[in-house]
Formats: sequence, C-alpha cells, structure tokens
Amino acid sequence: MPIQVLMPALSPTMEKGNLAKWLKKEGETIKSGDVIAEIETDKATMEVEATDEGTLGKILIPEGTADVAVNTPIATILADGESASDLAKAPAPPAAAKAEAPAPKASESKASESKAAPAPQAVAEPDPEVPAGTEMITQTIREALRDAMAEEMRRDADVFVMGEEVAEYQGAYKVTQGLLQEFGAKRVIDTPITEHGFAGVGVGAAMTGLKPIVEFMTFNFAMQAIDHIINSAAKTLYMSGGQMGCSIVFRGPNGAAARVAAQHSQDYSAWYSSVPGLKVVAPFSAADYKGLLKAAIRDPNPVIFLENEVLYGHTGEVPKLDDFVIPIGKARIVRAGSHVTLISWSNGMTYALKAADELAKDGIEAEVIDLRTLRPMDTETIINSVKKTGRAVTVEEGWAQSGVGAEIAARIMENAFDYLDAPVTRVSGKDVPMPYAANLEKLALPSVAEVVEAAKAVCYR
Amino acid sequence: MAAPKKAAASTAQDKTDGGSPPEFTREQELKALRDMLLIRRFEEKAGQLYGMGAIGGFCHLYIGQEAVVVGMQMALKQGDQVITGYRDHGHMLATGMDANGVMAELTGRRGGYSKGKGGSMHMFSKEKHFYGGHGIVGAQVSLGTGLAFANHYRSNDNVSVTYFGDGAANQGQVYESFNMAELWKLPVIYVIENNRYAMGTSVSRASAQQDFSKRGASFNIPGLQVDGMDVRAVKAAGDEAAAWCRAGKGPMILEMQTYRYRGHSMSDPAKYRTREEVEKVRHDQDPIEQVRNRLLAAKVSEADLKAIDAEVRDIVNASADFAQHDPEPDAAELWTDVYR
Repeated sequence: MPIQVLMPALSPTMEKGNLAKWLKKEGETIKSGDVIAEIETDKATMEVEATDEGTLGKILIPEGTADVAVNTPIATILADGESASDLAKAPAPPAAAKAEAPAPKASESKASESKAAPAPQAVAEPDPEVPAGTEMITQTIREALRDAMAEEMRRDADVFVMGEEVAEYQGAYKVTQGLLQEFGAKRVIDTPITEHGFAGVGVGAAMTGLKPIVEFMTFNFAMQAIDHIINSAAKTLYMSGGQMGCSIVFRGPNGAAARVAAQHSQDYSAWYSSVPGLKVVAPFSAADYKGLLKAAIRDPNPVIFLENEVLYGHTGEVPKLDDFVIPIGKARIVRAGSHVTLISWSNGMTYALKAADELAKDGIEAEVIDLRTLRPMDTETIINSVKKTGRAVTVEEGWAQSGVGAEIAARIMENAFDYLDAPVTRVSGKDVPMPYAANLEKLALPSVAEVVEAAKAVCYR
Repeated sequence: MAAPKKAAASTAQDKTDGGSPPEFTREQELKALRDMLLIRRFEEKAGQLYGMGAIGGFCHLYIGQEAVVVGMQMALKQGDQVITGYRDHGHMLATGMDANGVMAELTGRRGGYSKGKGGSMHMFSKEKHFYGGHGIVGAQVSLGTGLAFANHYRSNDNVSVTYFGDGAANQGQVYESFNMAELWKLPVIYVIENNRYAMGTSVSRASAQQDFSKRGASFNIPGLQVDGMDVRAVKAAGDEAAAWCRAGKGPMILEMQTYRYRGHSMSDPAKYRTREEVEKVRHDQDPIEQVRNRLLAAKVSEADLKAIDAEVRDIVNASADFAQHDPEPDAAELWTDVYR
C-alpha cells in the first residue's frame, strides 16, 4: 500500500508551516534519508527526509503552499511493484485531521486551545496607549519582540543583547532574528552555555551603566542564575543606599510550552514577582510584547520579562508608531463586562478570553483584565473592576500555592472585601510537576472549561 | 600565549629561589606603610566596636592580608575597577574610600556608604570605582568579569580587579567566568587571596589543585603565585597583570599567598589552626613589619614612622567617633532605593 508522507512538526509548538520547495519530482526514486522537501516556519527552514524507500508517487501539496497543518499528507511514496493506480489505496489521513483544518496533533496537545491563530483578540476596550486612528500592522509576537529590541538598540548604544544562540543561530526561538546582521557581534553576543556566569557578567556590566538584555533560552535554565538575578541585580540599589543600580532585562520564554515535561515547563511568575527590586512583566498581546519590552529596556531597574513560547508564533495588531512604549505597571481591561472579573496575564489570557466568549453565550458578561505587569501590580484596576462586578476569578498556568492568583485574592480581600458577592476563586496549573503525556499535560494546565465553571460558580449559576 | 606563561613560571621561580622583587622607592615604601597601617588600625578598631556591640551581624577582618590590596592598588590607574567578597573593608580603604563612611556603615548609621542599609559586606563607591562588597561567595567573580566586559564593550583601557578567596575559588561560576573572560579576552585580573582557610576548612581539605595560579590552566589563563605578604611582590605582579590586560591579551590570575590573623568572622573560635601557626606568620612575615624594617634599615627616623602611626590613629579614631555618634537612618529610608 502506498505510504503517506505527512507534514512534520519541527518543534514542540509548531502547528503549521509552508511547503517551500520539493527537491524530488513525481516518479523519482527515493531512498530512506533522501531530502525530499523543504519546510518553512516563521522560525526556520528545515529539510524533510524520507523515512521510506520507493518512488515518489504523487505530490499532494504543491510547493509554495502556505500554512500547511502538521500531519497533513503532503505526498505519497509507492513501494516496489506499486504503480500510480495504487495511489487510491493510500490510507485516509488520520481521523483528527478531518475534523478541522488546523493540526490533528495539536488538538491532542494543550497548545490546541491557544493555537487557533490568530490569538483571541476580543478587544472590547480600546488600548489607551494607542492614539485613535493609528495604523496597525500584523506581526507575530516573535517579530514584535525583535523589533522592540532593534529599535532600542538603534536608540541607545549602551543596549546590547547576550545569551545562548542569540547571534549566529538567530535565536533558539528566532526572537533575535537579524539582530546580529544589523548590530554586529559586539552588541549581539553568543554566550557559552553558562547561565549562572553570563547572568553575573550581565549584571556586572549593568552596574557600570550598560543596559544588557540577557536572553535565557528558557526561564527554566535561569534557575541556575537566580542568585545573580535576585542577590546581585535586585538588591544592589538598596544595599548601596541608592548609589549603584542595575538597568537590565532578563527575558525569555517562561512556563509550559508543549510536551516538554516537568523541567522545561515551569512558570516563574510567582517566584520573581515576590521580590522587591525587580519589575516583572508578562504580556499576552503582540502590541503589549513590543511596547512593554521597549519600556523594560529603558527602565533603570532590573526587569524580568516573561515570554511564552506557545505565543511566539501568534499574530496580532501592533501600532505602527515610531516609538510605541507601554508603561510598566498598568493592567488593561481587554473586555468589559459587569457580572464577573477574570484576571490573568500571559498565556492565561487565552483561557480567560475564550471562557468569556463561552460565558457570554449563557448571558454572563465577564470583564477580562490582562495584568501585563505582575510587579508592580496594578491593584487599582483589579479593585475597581471587582467593585463593579463583585466577583473575581484568577487564571494562571503556574501552581496555586503562593501563586500570583493567591496574591490577587489577598489584595481583593484587603481592598474590596465588602464588595464581594462570592469568594475569589483561582484557576491554576495543578499541584504536580508537568507530565509529558499529552492527555496528562492537558489535565495539568488550566482549561477554558475550568474557567467557565469557576466563573459560573462565583455567579451562583 | 607561550611567552607570558614562561614569564609566569619564571616569576614564580624567582620567588621560590628567594629572589627579591623590585625595590620600592622611599615614597612608595612610606605610602605602602601608611595605607597598610590604616587598614590594620581600622580593622582593630572595628573588632573593638564589634565587641562593644556597636557593629552587628557579620564582620570579617582583613588583618594580616593588607599587602595584597595595597600592593595591587599601587599597580592600578584611575578608572580601574575593584570588586571583592565579604572581607572587604581593606579594599574600600585601599581604593581611597573615606574611613568615616566605611565605619559608619559598619555601625549602621546614615553617614555610612550605603546609608546604613548595606552593612559590612555591602558597600559601594561609584566615585572610587569600588563595586562591592558581595556577600554571596563567588558571585563577585562573575560580576567582576562583567565589569571587564563593560571595559571591553566601551573600548577603554580600564582593568577590573576581581578579588576572591581560596574558598570561593571552588565555586562553579568562577570557571564559567574564566571561560568567558579568556574567550572574549576581557581585561580582568583575578586576584585569589589564598589565606589558607575557607572559614574553618584548610586549603588541603577543600582543594584538589592547591596551586591556585593553575586554576585557569584549562582555559589558557596565565597565573602567577605571589608572596602576598610582601607588598613589593604584589605590586610587581599587579604591574605585570595590568600590562597584560591592557595589551588586550585577556585575563590573568594572581594567587596571593597570604594569611589572616583573625578568625573568619568575629564569632570564629579558630579551633582549626594552632596559636603557634598564627604567631609564626605574624613574627616572620608580617607585611607591615617588613616595610617598617626596610625603612628603618634605610635610615628613616623612628619619629617619621611615629608620625605616620599618629596620622593613621587619628583617622581611625575619628571614624569610630563619627560612626558611634552619627544618627541611625531615618525610618523613611526603609522604603527608599528599592527602585529608581
């Protein structure tokens, strides 16, 4: 029976890619290991190798096709003795692939909810930082981050970026794509794999007045560097009586990606946001990623900039302004509502916004707050909303104990206790290390259903 | 790389052969004496104040090691940076920081370098290019490498002098830093102050490679073993290392063989070494006595030396007085300097 070649996933979070080029023609003999095609994502171009031998029977997806979902059959290979007439016998694509256009595999993974690109952008409230009538461009979050860094590096010669694979490799997640070419090796610095050491080097350089952007390949690896982030960066201004501080950005993907298990899936929101001396930013939309990273680079304090790998490929509208900077410390109401307040940040917003859509179908109007900054926390926006709705649900991918949701709940209790009509409820990651198996991973993370359920519960519905 | 390594070897050889380092001029001898005495008297006073309860927390005295910072400082120029760990009072005074400000920080007063918020282990002076004062053992090595990175980035000819002890030399980040410093040819002098004990653990009980000048060998960083009790040897090694760094050749390691007379901190019962061992070093190798004896041999009058003693005592007494009478920080200072 002819063998199907499927669109491969090139990374844990890839959902689709472009079929850039076919390197074999129909009828050509193929040996296992032959490169048959080139696949392009917004991150990279990769070669597809044949794993079976035979003849390239039929090309199902012509070259130049964009947005081919992972696992879509792209060609068939005929085994010895088979001919074109056997092509009809090829098995149907996997069942899940039929269901929807996007990725069968993704529907299994936790990423599925966040993945239906473009990201949910239920923006009921206009962004106060963007003047009315501003032209918008559509960008991936990855591009928004790159542009933010490039703009700040053009503006200030003291800004440089360092980290593993940031220069020649163009970024492990391609966030620093093109920076080496524009700014050169002096300002875009590949480090050895040495988080503790290069975090310290960055902080030392910052103490002299330089403004490093330190990229961690993921914040999971920054645990090796956390001594410098906290003891050296966050505390020096205080310990020096205000004499010597440290303007530095530590950035990189934080939290769960997809199927990378416990050691690569931790959310550090609560860890860093408990430390005075640090600012902690965790945006969700492409525009916020750009505007807040620019603010973080200019900030005279150490800033932890938590990104999310699942979101990197998501697109959003970014204002086309010469200098779009969003102040750190301001939450944003992205959807207005009067019945319950949903509070989240970063990828947690995916669940919150979808839940708000679901709740609306049942007549519950949720107000959704994107915190954007975790420290300093915009308590005022939260409290004002809760005073209006009387109900609040927090949504986070991290653990509940000593989590950011717990902090928000405490602040609401301290500042708006008399306005509450129901206890504040937390939806969070489950109290377990992140499992690998797709079904378990999905269970370990929050879900839209859990947010809907929590919101209904506080509304006594 | 071959040439400097040979130089390194021959210098170490000179030392073991009993060869003397280059002589100081009289002015240099007098300056070294004065600066070392200032540190010694200051530390003695700090020890006293600690005993009286005027200084709290941890207090690590530098007595015995004075030749290291004073000799190194004589090899530096304006703009060179200094960074060290928690045994840091000597480094501050050597860089020219004001004794009043240092002592008032020890007593936690508003006139202290950190307004009383840093204490013994955390003081800084932008003006004197002193970058602390760090309480986490080994952290200053990465940070000091970062200072050198900044010099390299700015293409100036400043050198970062990064001090750490034989104990810190076993921390992992030291080697991460060595690797980057040599890879990027950063101008950093790693001064390993080998005072033979990491708190209560002797070098022989903690270190597989006890020759600290070789600790950079796998990164091709040249190193020298230096008699850290002879201020002239320290300066000569400092000169060589500074020239190496300024020539763009990357980092160099100087192992300063020195000794601390006092305990690791004020609360150290010192059961790990004998009183005789301490007395022998004091008697045979004291860095200050070495200079004083040379000066006397060179016919400098006792009176001149006494004048230096008196000047130093006045500075130290004034600092103790200031540090005990300066007010504590205003309560509002609790909330300042968290962000800027």
